[in-house]
Amino acid sequence: MKACRKSFTETLLELAKKDDQIVAVTTDARGSVTLGDFAKELPKQFVECGIAEQNAVGISAGLAHSGKKTFVCGPACFYVARSLEQVKVDVAYSQNPVKILGVSGGVAYGALGATHHSLHDIAVLRCFPGMNICLPCDARQTEKLVKFLVDFAEPCYVRVGRAAVPDIYEDDNFEFEIGKAVTLLEGNDLTIIGAGETVYHALEAGKQLAAKGIKARVLDMSWIKPCDEEAVKKAAAETGRIITVEEHSKFGGLGAMVCEILSENPVPVRIIGIPDENVVHGTNKEIFHYYGMDAEGIVKAAESFLK
Amino acid sequence: METKDLIIKTEKNRKRLIEVVYKAKAGHIGGDLSCLNVLTALYAKQMNISPALKDDPQRDRFILSKGHCVESLYVVLEDAGFLKPEVLDTLGQFGSILSGHPTIEVDGIEVNSGALGHGLGIGVGMAIAAKMNKESWKTYVLMGDGEQGEGSIYEAAMSAHQYKLDNLVAIIDRNHLQISGNTEDIMAIDNIHDRWTAFGWDVVSMNGDDMQCILDTFAGIDFVNGKPHLIVSETTKGKGVSFMENVASWHHGVPSEEQYQQAIKEISDRIAALEKNV
Repeated sequence: MKACRKSFTETLLELAKKDDQIVAVTTDARGSVTLGDFAKELPKQFVECGIAEQNAVGISAGLAHSGKKTFVCGPACFYVARSLEQVKVDVAYSQNPVKILGVSGGVAYGALGATHHSLHDIAVLRCFPGMNICLPCDARQTEKLVKFLVDFAEPCYVRVGRAAVPDIYEDDNFEFEIGKAVTLLEGNDLTIIGAGETVYHALEAGKQLAAKGIKARVLDMSWIKPCDEEAVKKAAAETGRIITVEEHSKFGGLGAMVCEILSENPVPVRIIGIPDENVVHGTNKEIFHYYGMDAEGIVKAAESFLK
Repeated sequence: METKDLIIKTEKNRKRLIEVVYKAKAGHIGGDLSCLNVLTALYAKQMNISPALKDDPQRDRFILSKGHCVESLYVVLEDAGFLKPEVLDTLGQFGSILSGHPTIEVDGIEVNSGALGHGLGIGVGMAIAAKMNKESWKTYVLMGDGEQGEGSIYEAAMSAHQYKLDNLVAIIDRNHLQISGNTEDIMAIDNIHDRWTAFGWDVVSMNGDDMQCILDTFAGIDFVNGKPHLIVSETTKGKGVSFMENVASWHHGVPSEEQYQQAIKEISDRIAALEKNV
Protein backbone atom coordinates (compact mmCIF):
# COMPACT_ATOMS: atom_id res chain seq x y z
CA MET A 1 0.00 0.00 0.00
CA LYS A 2 1.39 3.35 -1.03
CA ALA A 3 0.01 6.54 -2.57
CA CYS A 4 0.88 6.98 -6.24
CA ARG A 5 1.64 10.68 -5.69
CA LYS A 6 4.27 9.72 -3.12
CA SER A 7 5.78 7.11 -5.40
CA PHE A 8 5.88 9.71 -8.18
CA THR A 9 7.67 12.43 -6.22
CA GLU A 10 10.06 10.06 -4.39
CA THR A 11 11.14 8.57 -7.70
CA LEU A 12 11.46 12.03 -9.23
CA LEU A 13 13.65 13.21 -6.35
CA GLU A 14 15.97 10.23 -6.65
CA LEU A 15 16.35 10.79 -10.39
CA ALA A 16 16.79 14.55 -9.98
CA LYS A 17 19.66 14.08 -7.53
CA LYS A 18 21.59 12.50 -10.39
CA ASP A 19 20.30 14.74 -13.19
CA ASP A 20 20.33 18.49 -12.60
CA GLN A 21 18.25 19.12 -15.71
CA ILE A 22 15.18 17.71 -13.93
CA VAL A 23 12.99 20.52 -12.59
CA ALA A 24 9.84 20.35 -10.46
CA VAL A 25 7.31 23.20 -10.64
CA THR A 26 4.34 23.70 -8.35
CA THR A 27 1.71 26.16 -7.17
CA ASP A 28 1.78 26.35 -3.37
CA ALA A 29 1.01 22.64 -3.47
CA ARG A 30 4.25 21.06 -2.27
CA GLY A 31 2.32 19.47 0.59
CA SER A 32 -0.57 18.17 -1.52
CA VAL A 33 1.69 16.69 -4.14
CA THR A 34 4.37 15.56 -1.63
CA LEU A 35 7.14 17.70 -3.09
CA GLY A 36 8.31 18.99 0.30
CA ASP A 37 11.46 16.86 0.34
CA PHE A 38 12.27 17.81 -3.26
CA ALA A 39 12.00 21.52 -2.41
CA LYS A 40 14.26 21.10 0.63
CA GLU A 41 16.89 18.89 -0.96
CA LEU A 42 17.05 20.41 -4.45
CA PRO A 43 15.96 24.06 -4.17
CA LYS A 44 17.85 24.99 -7.35
CA GLN A 45 15.77 22.51 -9.33
CA PHE A 46 12.49 23.60 -7.80
CA VAL A 47 10.25 26.43 -9.04
CA GLU A 48 7.49 27.68 -6.76
CA CYS A 49 4.90 29.71 -8.66
CA GLY A 50 2.50 30.55 -5.85
CA ILE A 51 -1.20 30.02 -6.45
CA ALA A 52 -1.13 30.63 -10.20
CA GLU A 53 -1.72 27.55 -12.32
CA GLN A 54 -1.83 29.36 -15.65
CA ASN A 55 1.57 30.82 -14.99
CA ALA A 56 2.96 27.52 -13.71
CA VAL A 57 2.07 25.78 -16.95
CA GLY A 58 3.39 28.67 -19.04
CA ILE A 59 6.65 28.72 -17.08
CA SER A 60 6.91 24.95 -17.44
CA ALA A 61 6.51 25.29 -21.20
CA GLY A 62 9.35 27.83 -21.24
CA LEU A 63 11.56 25.61 -19.08
CA ALA A 64 10.90 22.54 -21.23
CA HIS A 65 11.49 24.57 -24.39
CA SER A 66 14.90 25.48 -22.96
CA GLY A 67 15.83 21.84 -22.39
CA LYS A 68 14.75 21.33 -18.79
CA LYS A 69 13.08 18.01 -17.95
CA THR A 70 10.06 19.67 -16.48
CA PHE A 71 7.43 18.21 -14.14
CA VAL A 72 4.64 20.57 -13.10
CA CYS A 73 2.72 19.12 -10.20
CA GLY A 74 -0.51 20.15 -8.49
CA PRO A 75 -4.16 19.28 -7.99
CA ALA A 76 -5.63 17.80 -11.18
CA CYS A 77 -8.82 19.84 -10.80
CA PHE A 78 -6.96 23.14 -11.27
CA TYR A 79 -4.43 22.10 -13.90
CA VAL A 80 -7.06 20.80 -16.30
CA ALA A 81 -9.45 23.71 -15.78
CA ARG A 82 -7.83 26.98 -14.70
CA SER A 83 -4.75 26.47 -16.83
CA LEU A 84 -6.39 24.48 -19.60
CA GLU A 85 -5.53 26.97 -22.35
CA GLN A 86 -1.87 26.93 -21.34
CA VAL A 87 -1.97 23.13 -21.47
CA LYS A 88 -3.57 23.30 -24.91
CA VAL A 89 -1.41 26.02 -26.50
CA ASP A 90 1.87 26.24 -24.60
CA VAL A 91 2.32 22.51 -23.97
CA ALA A 92 0.36 20.31 -26.40
CA TYR A 93 0.11 22.54 -29.49
CA SER A 94 3.65 23.91 -29.11
CA GLN A 95 4.97 20.40 -28.36
CA ASN A 96 6.87 21.42 -25.27
CA PRO A 97 7.54 18.14 -23.44
CA VAL A 98 6.13 19.16 -20.07
CA LYS A 99 4.98 16.38 -17.75
CA ILE A 100 1.87 17.43 -15.87
CA LEU A 101 1.18 15.54 -12.66
CA GLY A 102 -2.45 15.98 -11.62
CA VAL A 103 -2.81 14.73 -8.06
CA SER A 104 -5.99 13.91 -6.18
CA GLY A 105 -7.73 13.37 -9.50
CA GLY A 106 -11.28 12.17 -10.01
CA VAL A 107 -13.15 12.27 -6.70
CA ALA A 108 -10.06 11.73 -4.53
CA TYR A 109 -10.77 14.94 -2.62
CA GLY A 110 -14.15 13.36 -1.75
CA ALA A 111 -16.18 15.58 0.53
CA LEU A 112 -14.38 18.77 -0.53
CA GLY A 113 -16.85 18.73 -3.37
CA ALA A 114 -17.12 19.43 -7.06
CA THR A 115 -14.69 22.37 -7.16
CA HIS A 116 -11.96 19.90 -6.24
CA HIS A 117 -13.08 16.98 -8.38
CA SER A 118 -11.68 16.43 -11.86
CA LEU A 119 -14.10 14.29 -13.80
CA HIS A 120 -13.52 15.85 -17.19
CA ASP A 121 -9.75 15.67 -17.60
CA ILE A 122 -9.58 12.56 -19.78
CA ALA A 123 -12.39 13.76 -22.05
CA VAL A 124 -10.80 17.16 -22.57
CA LEU A 125 -7.15 16.16 -22.90
CA ARG A 126 -7.88 13.32 -25.33
CA CYS A 127 -8.88 16.01 -27.82
CA PHE A 128 -5.51 17.78 -27.71
CA PRO A 129 -3.24 16.48 -30.49
CA GLY A 130 0.18 15.64 -29.13
CA MET A 131 -0.94 15.08 -25.54
CA ASN A 132 -0.29 11.70 -23.94
CA ILE A 133 -2.34 10.57 -20.96
CA CYS A 134 -1.52 7.97 -18.32
CA LEU A 135 -3.35 6.95 -15.15
CA PRO A 136 -1.03 4.60 -13.24
CA CYS A 137 -2.78 2.15 -10.94
CA ASP A 138 -0.28 1.57 -8.15
CA ALA A 139 3.02 2.70 -6.67
CA ARG A 140 5.29 0.36 -8.64
CA GLN A 141 3.71 1.24 -11.96
CA THR A 142 3.99 4.92 -11.06
CA GLU A 143 7.70 4.50 -10.36
CA LYS A 144 8.24 2.91 -13.77
CA LEU A 145 6.20 5.67 -15.37
CA VAL A 146 8.35 8.45 -13.88
CA LYS A 147 11.54 6.72 -15.01
CA PHE A 148 10.10 6.53 -18.52
CA LEU A 149 8.84 10.13 -18.58
CA VAL A 150 12.12 11.79 -17.60
CA ASP A 151 13.55 11.43 -21.10
CA PHE A 152 10.27 11.17 -22.99
CA ALA A 153 10.32 13.94 -25.61
CA GLU A 154 6.56 14.57 -25.68
CA PRO A 155 4.06 16.17 -23.31
CA CYS A 156 2.21 13.86 -20.93
CA TYR A 157 -0.58 14.24 -18.40
CA VAL A 158 -0.46 11.87 -15.46
CA ARG A 159 -3.40 11.57 -13.12
CA VAL A 160 -3.07 9.95 -9.71
CA GLY A 161 -5.22 9.88 -6.60
CA ARG A 162 -4.51 10.90 -3.06
CA ALA A 163 -4.70 7.99 -0.63
CA ALA A 164 -2.49 4.93 -0.41
CA VAL A 165 -3.66 2.27 -2.84
CA PRO A 166 -3.13 -1.51 -2.74
CA ASP A 167 -0.40 -3.00 -4.90
CA ILE A 168 -1.56 -4.43 -8.19
CA TYR A 169 1.98 -5.37 -9.16
CA GLU A 170 3.67 -7.19 -6.30
CA ASP A 171 7.25 -6.89 -7.50
CA ASP A 172 9.15 -4.94 -10.17
CA ASN A 173 9.11 -7.79 -12.62
CA PHE A 174 6.41 -6.58 -15.00
CA GLU A 175 6.26 -4.96 -18.41
CA PHE A 176 5.27 -1.32 -18.63
CA GLU A 177 5.23 -0.01 -22.15
CA ILE A 178 3.67 3.19 -23.47
CA GLY A 179 0.36 2.51 -25.19
CA LYS A 180 0.09 -1.09 -24.00
CA ALA A 181 -2.65 -2.53 -21.80
CA VAL A 182 -1.84 -5.30 -19.34
CA THR A 183 -4.02 -8.38 -18.92
CA LEU A 184 -4.27 -8.92 -15.17
CA LEU A 185 -6.74 -11.79 -15.28
CA GLU A 186 -7.49 -14.14 -18.17
CA GLY A 187 -11.05 -15.01 -19.06
CA ASN A 188 -13.50 -15.18 -21.93
CA ASP A 189 -16.95 -14.62 -20.37
CA LEU A 190 -16.61 -10.83 -20.43
CA THR A 191 -13.93 -8.15 -20.08
CA ILE A 192 -13.58 -5.56 -17.33
CA ILE A 193 -11.35 -2.60 -18.16
CA GLY A 194 -10.08 -0.20 -15.52
CA ALA A 195 -7.73 2.79 -15.62
CA GLY A 196 -5.84 4.30 -12.71
CA GLU A 197 -7.20 3.49 -9.31
CA THR A 198 -10.31 1.73 -10.65
CA VAL A 199 -8.02 -1.09 -11.77
CA TYR A 200 -7.92 -2.40 -8.22
CA HIS A 201 -11.73 -2.57 -8.05
CA ALA A 202 -11.90 -4.19 -11.50
CA LEU A 203 -9.39 -6.83 -10.43
CA GLU A 204 -11.17 -7.51 -7.13
CA ALA A 205 -14.45 -7.86 -9.04
CA GLY A 206 -12.75 -10.27 -11.46
CA LYS A 207 -11.58 -12.41 -8.55
CA GLN A 208 -15.05 -12.43 -6.93
CA LEU A 209 -16.67 -13.34 -10.23
CA ALA A 210 -14.17 -16.18 -10.68
CA ALA A 211 -15.27 -17.58 -7.31
CA LYS A 212 -18.80 -17.63 -8.72
CA GLY A 213 -17.67 -19.43 -11.87
CA ILE A 214 -17.66 -16.39 -14.16
CA LYS A 215 -14.34 -15.96 -15.93
CA ALA A 216 -13.76 -12.25 -16.52
CA ARG A 217 -10.76 -10.86 -18.37
CA VAL A 218 -9.40 -7.85 -16.53
CA LEU A 219 -7.37 -5.21 -18.36
CA ASP A 220 -5.22 -2.48 -16.84
CA MET A 221 -5.65 0.38 -19.32
CA SER A 222 -3.31 2.83 -17.62
CA TRP A 223 -2.37 4.40 -20.95
CA ILE A 224 -5.42 6.28 -22.15
CA LYS A 225 -3.48 7.97 -24.94
CA PRO A 226 -1.95 6.36 -26.85
CA CYS A 227 -4.29 3.54 -26.04
CA ASP A 228 -4.06 -0.13 -26.81
CA GLU A 229 -6.75 -0.44 -29.47
CA GLU A 230 -5.72 -4.01 -30.30
CA ALA A 231 -6.28 -5.16 -26.73
CA VAL A 232 -9.77 -3.66 -26.79
CA LYS A 233 -10.66 -5.21 -30.15
CA LYS A 234 -9.26 -8.57 -29.07
CA ALA A 235 -11.26 -8.45 -25.84
CA ALA A 236 -14.42 -7.62 -27.78
CA ALA A 237 -13.86 -10.45 -30.26
CA GLU A 238 -12.94 -13.05 -27.65
CA THR A 239 -15.26 -12.16 -24.76
CA GLY A 240 -18.23 -10.46 -26.46
CA ARG A 241 -19.00 -8.02 -23.64
CA ILE A 242 -17.07 -5.20 -22.03
CA ILE A 243 -17.49 -3.31 -18.80
CA THR A 244 -15.43 -0.15 -18.32
CA VAL A 245 -14.84 1.35 -14.89
CA GLU A 246 -13.60 4.94 -14.62
CA GLU A 247 -13.31 7.63 -11.99
CA HIS A 248 -14.54 10.18 -14.51
CA SER A 249 -17.72 11.42 -16.13
CA LYS A 250 -19.37 8.75 -18.24
CA PHE A 251 -19.06 11.26 -21.07
CA GLY A 252 -15.89 11.23 -23.11
CA GLY A 253 -13.69 9.04 -20.91
CA LEU A 254 -12.54 5.42 -20.89
CA GLY A 255 -15.95 3.96 -21.71
CA ALA A 256 -16.57 6.37 -24.56
CA MET A 257 -13.09 5.63 -25.89
CA VAL A 258 -13.75 1.88 -25.89
CA CYS A 259 -17.04 2.46 -27.76
CA GLU A 260 -15.22 4.60 -30.34
CA ILE A 261 -12.68 1.84 -30.90
CA LEU A 262 -15.43 -0.73 -31.36
CA SER A 263 -17.79 1.43 -33.39
CA GLU A 264 -17.27 -0.52 -36.61
CA ASN A 265 -17.49 -3.95 -34.97
CA PRO A 266 -19.51 -3.27 -31.84
CA VAL A 267 -20.20 -5.50 -28.87
CA PRO A 268 -22.30 -4.48 -25.85
CA VAL A 269 -20.40 -2.12 -23.55
CA ARG A 270 -21.49 -1.07 -20.07
CA ILE A 271 -19.90 2.13 -18.82
CA ILE A 272 -19.48 2.50 -15.07
CA GLY A 273 -18.52 5.99 -13.99
CA ILE A 274 -19.98 9.25 -12.74
CA PRO A 275 -23.33 10.17 -14.33
CA ASP A 276 -24.13 13.67 -15.59
CA GLU A 277 -24.97 15.14 -12.20
CA ASN A 278 -23.32 16.96 -9.32
CA VAL A 279 -21.53 14.25 -7.40
CA VAL A 280 -23.11 13.08 -4.14
CA HIS A 281 -21.30 14.43 -1.07
CA GLY A 282 -19.13 11.88 0.72
CA THR A 283 -15.70 10.36 1.00
CA ASN A 284 -14.19 8.97 -2.16
CA LYS A 285 -14.91 5.46 -0.88
CA GLU A 286 -18.57 6.32 -0.29
CA ILE A 287 -18.79 7.95 -3.72
CA PHE A 288 -17.29 4.87 -5.38
CA HIS A 289 -19.83 2.67 -3.63
CA TYR A 290 -22.79 4.94 -4.40
CA TYR A 291 -22.09 4.88 -8.14
CA GLY A 292 -21.27 1.17 -8.27
CA MET A 293 -17.61 1.76 -9.03
CA ASP A 294 -16.27 -0.56 -6.32
CA ALA A 295 -15.87 -4.34 -6.64
CA GLU A 296 -19.36 -4.98 -5.27
CA GLY A 297 -20.95 -2.69 -7.85
CA ILE A 298 -18.88 -4.10 -10.70
CA VAL A 299 -19.82 -7.70 -9.77
CA LYS A 300 -23.50 -6.75 -9.75
CA ALA A 301 -23.15 -5.02 -13.11
CA ALA A 302 -21.36 -8.05 -14.57
CA GLU A 303 -24.00 -10.50 -13.35
CA SER A 304 -26.89 -8.45 -14.74
CA PHE A 305 -24.95 -7.86 -17.98
CA LEU A 306 -24.55 -11.60 -18.54
CA LYS A 307 -28.22 -12.43 -17.91
CA MET B 1 23.93 48.61 -38.84
CA GLU B 2 23.39 52.39 -38.98
CA THR B 3 20.12 53.84 -37.79
CA LYS B 4 19.30 55.12 -41.25
CA ASP B 5 19.80 51.65 -42.74
CA LEU B 6 17.41 50.27 -40.16
CA ILE B 7 14.85 52.92 -41.02
CA ILE B 8 15.11 51.98 -44.70
CA LYS B 9 14.91 48.29 -43.80
CA THR B 10 11.75 48.96 -41.77
CA GLU B 11 10.16 50.84 -44.67
CA LYS B 12 10.96 47.98 -47.03
CA ASN B 13 9.47 45.55 -44.51
CA ARG B 14 6.43 47.81 -44.32
CA LYS B 15 6.00 47.72 -48.07
CA ARG B 16 6.28 43.93 -48.09
CA LEU B 17 3.79 43.74 -45.23
CA ILE B 18 1.20 45.76 -47.14
CA GLU B 19 1.80 43.53 -50.15
CA VAL B 20 1.34 40.21 -48.31
CA VAL B 21 -1.75 41.36 -46.41
CA TYR B 22 -3.27 42.73 -49.61
CA LYS B 23 -2.60 39.47 -51.46
CA ALA B 24 -3.74 37.23 -48.62
CA LYS B 25 -6.84 39.38 -48.09
CA ALA B 26 -6.36 38.96 -44.35
CA GLY B 27 -4.19 40.11 -41.49
CA HIS B 28 -4.06 42.40 -38.49
CA ILE B 29 -2.51 45.27 -40.34
CA GLY B 30 -3.01 48.05 -37.78
CA GLY B 31 -1.03 46.28 -35.03
CA ASP B 32 1.38 44.84 -37.59
CA LEU B 33 2.37 48.36 -38.53
CA SER B 34 2.67 49.68 -34.98
CA CYS B 35 5.18 47.01 -33.90
CA LEU B 36 7.18 46.74 -37.13
CA ASN B 37 9.89 49.19 -36.03
CA VAL B 38 10.51 47.22 -32.84
CA LEU B 39 10.50 43.84 -34.59
CA THR B 40 12.92 45.07 -37.22
CA ALA B 41 15.25 46.50 -34.57
CA LEU B 42 15.12 43.28 -32.53
CA TYR B 43 15.97 40.96 -35.43
CA ALA B 44 18.36 43.21 -37.33
CA LYS B 45 20.25 44.68 -34.38
CA GLN B 46 19.35 43.79 -30.82
CA MET B 47 18.99 40.04 -30.63
CA ASN B 48 21.63 37.38 -31.07
CA ILE B 49 19.61 35.40 -33.58
CA SER B 50 19.97 34.32 -37.19
CA PRO B 51 19.04 31.28 -39.28
CA ALA B 52 22.46 29.79 -38.47
CA LEU B 53 21.70 30.10 -34.74
CA LYS B 54 18.13 28.83 -34.81
CA ASP B 55 18.95 25.69 -32.80
CA ASP B 56 21.83 27.18 -30.80
CA PRO B 57 21.02 26.92 -27.07
CA GLN B 58 22.76 30.28 -26.53
CA ARG B 59 20.56 32.22 -28.99
CA ASP B 60 18.26 34.95 -27.74
CA ARG B 61 14.58 34.00 -27.64
CA PHE B 62 11.66 36.03 -28.95
CA ILE B 63 7.97 35.41 -28.30
CA LEU B 64 5.25 37.29 -30.16
CA SER B 65 2.63 37.25 -27.44
CA LYS B 66 0.36 39.52 -29.52
CA GLY B 67 0.32 36.63 -31.99
CA HIS B 68 -2.33 38.13 -34.27
CA CYS B 69 0.37 40.47 -35.62
CA VAL B 70 2.17 37.52 -37.16
CA GLU B 71 2.32 39.07 -40.65
CA SER B 72 4.71 41.64 -39.28
CA LEU B 73 6.88 38.86 -37.82
CA TYR B 74 6.74 36.96 -41.12
CA VAL B 75 8.16 39.87 -43.12
CA VAL B 76 10.90 40.42 -40.53
CA LEU B 77 11.74 36.70 -40.56
CA GLU B 78 11.86 36.83 -44.34
CA ASP B 79 14.21 39.80 -44.20
CA ALA B 80 16.37 37.97 -41.64
CA GLY B 81 16.60 34.92 -43.91
CA PHE B 82 14.39 32.52 -41.94
CA LEU B 83 11.53 32.51 -44.42
CA LYS B 84 11.81 32.19 -48.19
CA PRO B 85 9.85 34.75 -50.29
CA GLU B 86 8.02 31.98 -52.15
CA VAL B 87 6.82 30.63 -48.80
CA LEU B 88 5.64 34.02 -47.56
CA ASP B 89 3.73 34.40 -50.82
CA THR B 90 1.56 31.42 -49.79
CA LEU B 91 0.08 33.38 -46.87
CA GLY B 92 -3.69 33.03 -46.92
CA GLN B 93 -3.64 30.00 -49.22
CA PHE B 94 -5.13 26.63 -48.29
CA GLY B 95 -2.46 24.28 -46.95
CA SER B 96 0.16 27.01 -46.45
CA ILE B 97 2.52 26.45 -43.51
CA LEU B 98 1.79 30.04 -42.57
CA SER B 99 -1.08 30.36 -40.14
CA GLY B 100 -2.80 33.57 -39.09
CA HIS B 101 -0.94 33.21 -35.78
CA PRO B 102 2.65 32.09 -35.09
CA THR B 103 3.45 28.38 -35.25
CA ILE B 104 6.65 26.43 -34.77
CA GLU B 105 6.30 25.08 -38.30
CA VAL B 106 8.09 28.28 -39.34
CA ASP B 107 11.83 28.48 -38.69
CA GLY B 108 12.60 31.25 -36.23
CA ILE B 109 9.32 30.98 -34.33
CA GLU B 110 9.94 29.55 -30.88
CA VAL B 111 6.40 28.76 -29.67
CA ASN B 112 2.87 28.75 -31.00
CA SER B 113 0.98 31.81 -29.83
CA GLY B 114 -2.17 33.71 -30.56
CA ALA B 115 -4.22 33.08 -27.46
CA LEU B 116 -3.46 36.33 -25.62
CA GLY B 117 -1.74 36.53 -22.25
CA HIS B 118 0.49 33.47 -22.75
CA GLY B 119 3.80 34.84 -23.94
CA LEU B 120 5.12 36.37 -20.74
CA GLY B 121 4.66 33.19 -18.68
CA ILE B 122 6.58 31.15 -21.25
CA GLY B 123 9.22 33.87 -21.36
CA VAL B 124 9.56 33.68 -17.56
CA GLY B 125 10.17 29.94 -17.86
CA MET B 126 12.85 30.53 -20.50
CA ALA B 127 14.52 33.22 -18.42
CA ILE B 128 14.53 30.97 -15.32
CA ALA B 129 16.11 28.19 -17.40
CA ALA B 130 18.89 30.56 -18.54
CA LYS B 131 19.51 31.62 -14.93
CA MET B 132 19.57 27.99 -13.74
CA ASN B 133 22.17 27.20 -16.39
CA LYS B 134 24.12 30.43 -15.70
CA GLU B 135 23.80 31.34 -19.38
CA SER B 136 23.72 34.87 -20.74
CA TRP B 137 21.09 34.66 -23.49
CA LYS B 138 18.07 36.94 -23.23
CA THR B 139 14.34 36.49 -23.67
CA TYR B 140 12.18 39.14 -25.35
CA VAL B 141 8.36 39.11 -25.25
CA LEU B 142 6.22 41.50 -27.28
CA MET B 143 2.72 42.08 -25.94
CA GLY B 144 -0.17 44.24 -27.08
CA ASP B 145 -1.74 46.98 -24.97
CA GLY B 146 -5.24 45.52 -25.35
CA GLU B 147 -3.67 42.22 -24.28
CA GLN B 148 -2.98 43.75 -20.87
CA GLY B 149 -6.54 42.74 -19.93
CA GLU B 150 -5.44 39.10 -19.58
CA GLY B 151 -4.91 38.20 -15.92
CA SER B 152 -2.26 35.59 -16.64
CA ILE B 153 0.12 38.45 -17.53
CA TYR B 154 0.11 39.62 -13.92
CA GLU B 155 0.82 36.12 -12.62
CA ALA B 156 3.86 36.11 -14.89
CA ALA B 157 4.83 39.65 -13.84
CA MET B 158 4.87 38.59 -10.18
CA SER B 159 7.02 35.56 -10.86
CA ALA B 160 9.52 37.48 -13.01
CA HIS B 161 10.09 39.79 -10.05
CA GLN B 162 10.26 36.89 -7.59
CA TYR B 163 13.02 35.25 -9.63
CA LYS B 164 14.84 38.57 -10.35
CA LEU B 165 14.77 37.98 -14.09
CA ASP B 166 16.95 40.79 -15.37
CA ASN B 167 17.50 38.66 -18.49
CA LEU B 168 13.86 39.12 -19.51
CA VAL B 169 12.60 42.05 -21.58
CA ALA B 170 8.87 42.57 -22.06
CA ILE B 171 7.70 45.18 -24.53
CA ILE B 172 4.17 46.55 -24.67
CA ASP B 173 3.19 47.86 -28.09
CA ARG B 174 1.26 50.86 -26.74
CA ASN B 175 -0.73 51.96 -29.78
CA HIS B 176 -3.77 52.90 -27.67
CA LEU B 177 -6.28 51.01 -29.82
CA GLN B 178 -7.81 47.58 -29.62
CA ILE B 179 -10.42 45.95 -31.84
CA SER B 180 -13.42 47.76 -30.33
CA GLY B 181 -11.89 51.19 -29.87
CA ASN B 182 -9.59 53.13 -27.53
CA THR B 183 -7.96 51.00 -24.86
CA GLU B 184 -8.93 53.60 -22.24
CA ASP B 185 -12.61 53.21 -23.15
CA ILE B 186 -12.51 49.40 -23.20
CA MET B 187 -10.37 48.67 -20.12
CA ALA B 188 -8.09 51.46 -19.03
CA ILE B 189 -4.36 50.92 -18.51
CA ASP B 190 -3.25 54.53 -18.54
CA ASN B 191 -1.18 54.08 -15.37
CA ILE B 192 0.72 51.22 -16.96
CA HIS B 193 4.08 52.61 -15.82
CA ASP B 194 3.05 52.73 -12.15
CA ARG B 195 1.45 49.31 -12.25
CA TRP B 196 4.53 47.54 -13.52
CA THR B 197 6.82 49.52 -11.26
CA ALA B 198 4.65 48.35 -8.36
CA PHE B 199 5.16 44.79 -9.58
CA GLY B 200 8.89 45.33 -9.10
CA TRP B 201 9.86 45.80 -12.73
CA ASP B 202 12.37 48.19 -14.25
CA VAL B 203 10.06 50.27 -16.46
CA VAL B 204 10.94 52.69 -19.26
CA SER B 205 8.91 54.33 -21.99
CA MET B 206 10.14 54.93 -25.50
CA ASN B 207 8.85 56.33 -28.77
CA GLY B 208 8.38 53.08 -30.69
CA ASP B 209 7.78 55.01 -33.89
CA ASP B 210 11.33 56.38 -33.74
CA MET B 211 14.14 54.00 -34.64
CA GLN B 212 16.87 55.96 -32.87
CA CYS B 213 14.82 56.06 -29.69
CA ILE B 214 14.26 52.27 -29.90
CA LEU B 215 17.97 51.60 -30.35
CA ASP B 216 18.91 53.94 -27.50
CA THR B 217 16.38 52.28 -25.20
CA PHE B 218 17.59 48.80 -26.05
CA ALA B 219 21.19 49.90 -25.52
CA GLY B 220 20.28 51.27 -22.10
CA ILE B 221 18.86 48.04 -20.66
CA ASP B 222 20.77 47.11 -17.51
CA PHE B 223 20.89 43.32 -17.70
CA VAL B 224 22.45 42.94 -14.25
CA ASN B 225 20.14 45.07 -12.11
CA GLY B 226 18.17 42.16 -10.67
CA LYS B 227 14.87 43.34 -12.16
CA PRO B 228 12.85 42.26 -15.18
CA HIS B 229 12.52 44.98 -17.80
CA LEU B 230 9.37 46.48 -19.26
CA ILE B 231 9.53 48.82 -22.22
CA VAL B 232 6.34 50.73 -22.92
CA SER B 233 6.69 51.32 -26.63
CA GLU B 234 4.50 54.31 -27.51
CA THR B 235 3.39 53.72 -31.08
CA THR B 236 0.80 54.59 -33.68
CA LYS B 237 -1.59 51.92 -34.87
CA GLY B 238 -1.38 51.75 -38.66
CA LYS B 239 2.00 53.57 -38.57
CA GLY B 240 3.37 54.59 -41.93
CA VAL B 241 0.17 54.48 -44.00
CA SER B 242 -1.58 57.85 -43.68
CA PHE B 243 -5.17 56.68 -43.89
CA MET B 244 -4.64 53.75 -41.50
CA GLU B 245 -2.99 55.69 -38.67
CA ASN B 246 -5.01 55.80 -35.44
CA VAL B 247 -8.12 54.27 -37.01
CA ALA B 248 -9.45 51.34 -34.95
CA SER B 249 -11.20 49.70 -37.90
CA TRP B 250 -7.79 49.00 -39.47
CA HIS B 251 -7.22 46.47 -36.65
CA HIS B 252 -7.80 43.76 -39.22
CA GLY B 253 -8.76 45.76 -42.29
CA VAL B 254 -7.70 44.74 -45.80
CA PRO B 255 -6.91 47.52 -48.27
CA SER B 256 -8.85 47.89 -51.52
CA GLU B 257 -6.81 48.04 -54.73
CA GLU B 258 -6.88 51.82 -54.66
CA GLN B 259 -5.86 51.94 -51.00
CA TYR B 260 -3.15 49.37 -51.67
CA GLN B 261 -1.70 51.49 -54.47
CA GLN B 262 -1.77 54.59 -52.30
CA ALA B 263 -0.05 52.83 -49.39
CA ILE B 264 2.67 51.41 -51.65
CA LYS B 265 3.23 54.83 -53.20
CA GLU B 266 3.54 56.56 -49.82
CA ILE B 267 6.09 54.02 -48.62
CA SER B 268 7.99 53.88 -51.91
CA ASP B 269 8.29 57.68 -51.93
CA ARG B 270 9.72 57.59 -48.42
CA ILE B 271 12.21 54.86 -49.34
CA ALA B 272 13.31 56.85 -52.42
CA ALA B 273 13.79 59.99 -50.33
CA LEU B 274 15.74 58.09 -47.67
CA GLU B 275 17.96 56.37 -50.21
CA LYS B 276 18.60 59.65 -51.97
CA ASN B 277 19.89 61.14 -48.73
CA VAL B 278 22.17 58.23 -47.89
